[in-house]
Amino acid sequence: MSQPLFAVAFVLALLAFVWTLAGRMRLLLRARPAGRAHQLRARTRRLALDGLGQRRLLRGEQPAGIMHALIFWGFLVLLLQIITQFGRAVNASWNIPVLGPGQPLGPPFFLLRDLAEAAVSVAAVYMLYRRLIAHTPRLFGLTGAEDRYRTQPHREGALILAMILVIMAGGLVADGGRLVAQNIHGQERTFAPLTALVADLLSGLGRRDARIVGEVGWWLHCLTVLLFLELLPRSKHFHIITALPNVFFAKIAPAGAIPAAALDSPAPAPGRSPGVTAAADLSWKQVLDAFSCTECGRCSAVCPATAAGAPLAPRQLILDLRDNLYGRKSARADSVTALAEPEADAAMAQPDAGVDGAAVLVADAVLWSCTTCAACMEACPVGIEHVPTIVELRRSLVDRGHVEPLMQATLERIAAQGNAYGKSARMRPRWTRSLGFKIPDARKQPVDYLWFVGDVASFDERAQASSRRLAQILHDVGISFGILYDGERNAGNDVRRVGEEGLFELLVEHNLDAFAGAQFKAIFTADPHSLNTLRNEYPAYGLEAPVQHYTELLCSLLADGSLTLRPALHGLRVTYHDPCYLGRYNHVTDAPRTLISATGAELVEMPRHGAGTFCCGAGGGRMWMDDSGLAERPSELRIREAQQLGEIDRFVVSCPKDLAMYSDAATTLGAHFQVTELTALIEEAISAP
Amino acid sequence: MTGDVFVLVEHHDGAVTESTYELLARARSLAAATGGRAVACLLGHDARPLADGLAADAVLLMQDEALAAFVPEAYVAALATLLQAHDPRLLLIANSTVGIDVAAPLAVSSGRPLIAYCEALAIEDETLVATSQVYGGRLRAEIELRGPAIVTVVGSGLAVSRGDGEPLPVVESASAPAIELASAPDLSGLRTRFIARHEPDVGDVDIAREDVLVSVGRGIDGAENIELAEDLAEALGGAVSGSRPVIDAGWLPKARQVGKSGQRVKPRLYLACGISGAPEHLEGLAGPELLVAINTDPNAPIFDVADYGTTEDLFDVLPALVEALHGAGA
Amino acid sequence: MKIAVVLRQTVDLVEELELSEDGTDIEREYVTLKLSEWDEQALEEALLLAEETGGEVGVIALDEPDVEQILYTALAKGAAHATKLMGLPDDLRWSGPRAAILAEWLGGGGFDLVLTGVQTTEDLDGQISGLLAGRLGLPHAAAIIGVHADDGGHTVTVEQELAGGVVHELAVELPAVIGVQSSRRPPRYVPISRIRAAISAGGIEEVAAPAIPGEAIGVRRLFAPRSSSQAEMLVGDADAVAERLAAILAERGIVSRLGGVA
Repeated sequence: MSQPLFAVAFVLALLAFVWTLAGRMRLLLRARPAGRAHQLRARTRRLALDGLGQRRLLRGEQPAGIMHALIFWGFLVLLLQIITQFGRAVNASWNIPVLGPGQPLGPPFFLLRDLAEAAVSVAAVYMLYRRLIAHTPRLFGLTGAEDRYRTQPHREGALILAMILVIMAGGLVADGGRLVAQNIHGQERTFAPLTALVADLLSGLGRRDARIVGEVGWWLHCLTVLLFLELLPRSKHFHIITALPNVFFAKIAPAGAIPAAALDSPAPAPGRSPGVTAAADLSWKQVLDAFSCTECGRCSAVCPATAAGAPLAPRQLILDLRDNLYGRKSARADSVTALAEPEADAAMAQPDAGVDGAAVLVADAVLWSCTTCAACMEACPVGIEHVPTIVELRRSLVDRGHVEPLMQATLERIAAQGNAYGKSARMRPRWTRSLGFKIPDARKQPVDYLWFVGDVASFDERAQASSRRLAQILHDVGISFGILYDGERNAGNDVRRVGEEGLFELLVEHNLDAFAGAQFKAIFTADPHSLNTLRNEYPAYGLEAPVQHYTELLCSLLADGSLTLRPALHGLRVTYHDPCYLGRYNHVTDAPRTLISATGAELVEMPRHGAGTFCCGAGGGRMWMDDSGLAERPSELRIREAQQLGEIDRFVVSCPKDLAMYSDAATTLGAHFQVTELTALIEEAISAP
Repeated sequence: MTGDVFVLVEHHDGAVTESTYELLARARSLAAATGGRAVACLLGHDARPLADGLAADAVLLMQDEALAAFVPEAYVAALATLLQAHDPRLLLIANSTVGIDVAAPLAVSSGRPLIAYCEALAIEDETLVATSQVYGGRLRAEIELRGPAIVTVVGSGLAVSRGDGEPLPVVESASAPAIELASAPDLSGLRTRFIARHEPDVGDVDIAREDVLVSVGRGIDGAENIELAEDLAEALGGAVSGSRPVIDAGWLPKARQVGKSGQRVKPRLYLACGISGAPEHLEGLAGPELLVAINTDPNAPIFDVADYGTTEDLFDVLPALVEALHGAGA
Repeated sequence: MKIAVVLRQTVDLVEELELSEDGTDIEREYVTLKLSEWDEQALEEALLLAEETGGEVGVIALDEPDVEQILYTALAKGAAHATKLMGLPDDLRWSGPRAAILAEWLGGGGFDLVLTGVQTTEDLDGQISGLLAGRLGLPHAAAIIGVHADDGGHTVTVEQELAGGVVHELAVELPAVIGVQSSRRPPRYVPISRIRAAISAGGIEEVAAPAIPGEAIGVRRLFAPRSSSQAEMLVGDADAVAERLAAILAERGIVSRLGGVA
């Protein structure tokens, strides 16, 4: 092994690597704070499960997921192999202390090393197959929203995989050659079946030639590793370094909370608007997200907006941020900047130009397409947080007055009347009129449970019927509950996610005021969006009461015997759609299923269920925005998914928005099943006491 | 103050507006009670031919180059001169752009009170009582007019279809009225100048000629939903029109606007979907044979003028109606 | 260019209106107020003009309950000044007395242009833009859908909307009063955070209103119209309603029994 030559190569490579890395680090250090240095135990646990345990990859698409896991675990072991080989630049017989022959951890190391080399090679070959032969679409770009990604060369993936194979082969040849050259027959051969095989293949060459071949293998191995190191921070394989930290620092609980804008009061700092306008506004976590994107596309593959043909694809968004940070031209394709109306920009002067003078990071239409369902975050194996970033980008748009026109009208209605429908607040409790009893006014008499009804459940006709059913069920059970009548306002979940922080805070203040004027012990709601913000975000403003979804409440009543359900629906085949804000954000998936099963109905699951549920398309303010650009609405795609289940009688929902969206979609598609709210099933199954 | 009732003749591009004829009819019946004449005030340049068709006791014709087109400042000055010289009891002007532009400054300069949005004028025990629309058409106000006044009057079309009021005859007089020439004041120092008149793009459809209109308002909630109205219009053999908010939002072209600043339409069937029925919109309806209103707000003023109504959601009713119509043949 | 925009709060018609006991006014205790929609258009047009000409917009309103809200919103949207006229007489429902006070104040303001909404829902005795123009002796143009500053800064070109979609272009010498029907662009959105920032910053100038009596119109009574032929409401769900409608249309001969138009 030519020591000086290698030393030079090594030092040069290391310098180059450090130099590139420093550039990346600078971007991190210059970024805004992200406040992640807390809840360390929970973070460590998640690092173990998602990072080291590769949990999301094992859960997701297969066999791609397990293949990546093999490469990951393989490399954890092979890191030691690399160190060993580099050490042999100095001493051809060097082993890492404790991992050498005759040492307790030696044999296990040799065995693991060989297994790792085998597994990694198989996985790499499979992955090359996906890229070069199968052309798996997810790897090359899905839909028009990823056109910029699709039109870029995708050589990098295949190149890196080829390099991995070379590193494996090089290492095996180096070790195998060494076994022959040094005539080793001990543990290093007996516990290393693959290396021994290579050694056997090389033994025909004789010891001197075997040594030369081994050296060639060694050089190949080490130089390729150094080359790999160079490419790391310049490519999507940067994730090899950044993914584990990114997972560690990913947002912990509460998952459903979006961080408040640091609304400087009395006025935003001069030249600085709320949210993210330019790359300079990103936090270090957002920068790390951009570094860590592996371009795997799992996010885009589960995104309802992408599936519907909207301009948003989460992968493309993150890559655009990354390219902007790296100053790459590909980030500023026409469609990125074209959407800021020139007239508007002349009229509203940009307070701060972005990085490289490009004021627009992501086009408006892309940002407004997001339903905030978080399927992307659930699928992402490296802990990228797409949704909070989109919300922060939206905040910047809202601050500059660039709001989607229909949404603007909705926000103005919410600000004026406290509800998205623009109806008088006095109309809010109208849905209660045809009930045979009066629901107590929690402002006037103490109740156990405050029912936060929500806009849709109060004003949408179909949802009103569900509200009445729920009221009747609870009344019959004898639960003490009340509502706020016209004192309730939109909870603000979607207002915050649209980026109107000021209006969100106004709503929170008003609602907390209303709560303060009422007497209750706990809150429940039938609206998962309201649930999400009341449970996860209102506490930061002072709310202390526990908040439940009505299915959780009914489940507890079922458990303690207050509510009895006969299996009256035996023979009815149903499927259940988990609302994003209930099943994914707040992990309430069992309660509705317990209730369904108690009614006797047979539950047939859709492929995407539980935390993997597919969004109806109404969240993030989308319900009030223009749909005309979509190829097919997410709700219709979901109904099609249900239609694939065969004979289904009911499509069961437990969210008022879902009820509205899916009723329409089922009608449009002429589905044979009926879209029903869960309370309808429960109503049928209630037995007389 | 004489008992005369003056009417400002509104004319554009050589044609006298329908509203003028309505006002003249009102003026004639009022003048009979106030003991005066119904006088048409015709301001213009080369406007003499327009005078013949006016059903008034007399026409005051004031001609000047400065009055060739509608220039608000010129009209105010001209009318002020007429009011000064003749001191009529009432001056009636249509509640159009002309009326809104001219009436208020004229009221100030002539020292006469102005009553706007008037839909009815009647003599009660020798007192002249004006009834006007206020609060977006939701309420009416009654005002007693004891002295001279200027009144801007809304179109009567809907009042007739509602069954209130008698239809006002739109009649061209058999005999030509007496023409009196009035000299124009000095109109040389005007600070407003007419530049050009722009006609709208009629587009493919002239809604003023359609027998059936499916008209959409704010309730249609987006351009992509216009399709629902188009399907129904097709099934009915009609066309889609809209109220101002729909045009302002860009969901329908200007040529489809029904209302004060849009078109005046007189279809056999007018289906108002998600339209609240604000007066500015209703002014565009010259009495359809059948007005059906679909609006989830039971308090919407449209229900006061509709023949049939429903508070069901238009998103449910429109497709259902298309189906029902296809089934009607079965 | 110095532009004044006169703002007025009016009754939000989303609520049901009730009449006062004596029947000459609406019951005002529980009404919600909002900026008159035409004034909102006027403000937007003014802001656009100011941005184009490098001018400034001053908004003005009479001191009425919660009127600060619309003034702060205007400041948050970009108005340079906001003025509230204080010490007002009692009944300012109708336009006459309002115009008298506002004209007196505006006269001394050195404004090139006064913009306000073409009408409100409570201007029974005349639209305020015309009354102001009359009192100030300035040229007036109403139902305007676009105002463009001309190069010299001495005139503006306005687009006036007439019936049937016809638009007249007029050149008006400044100073002038314009009644705005709609702005060239939909009114801009201003986030609550900016409104709150404006509130914290203060910035509304309070000025004593000139004591000018104006003639208030005498309303004998207000009433809700009861037309003799109120709509016959169709009952049932959407499908039932549709069936009934189809039948009515067939009866009337608007649709033939064979489908299509008769």
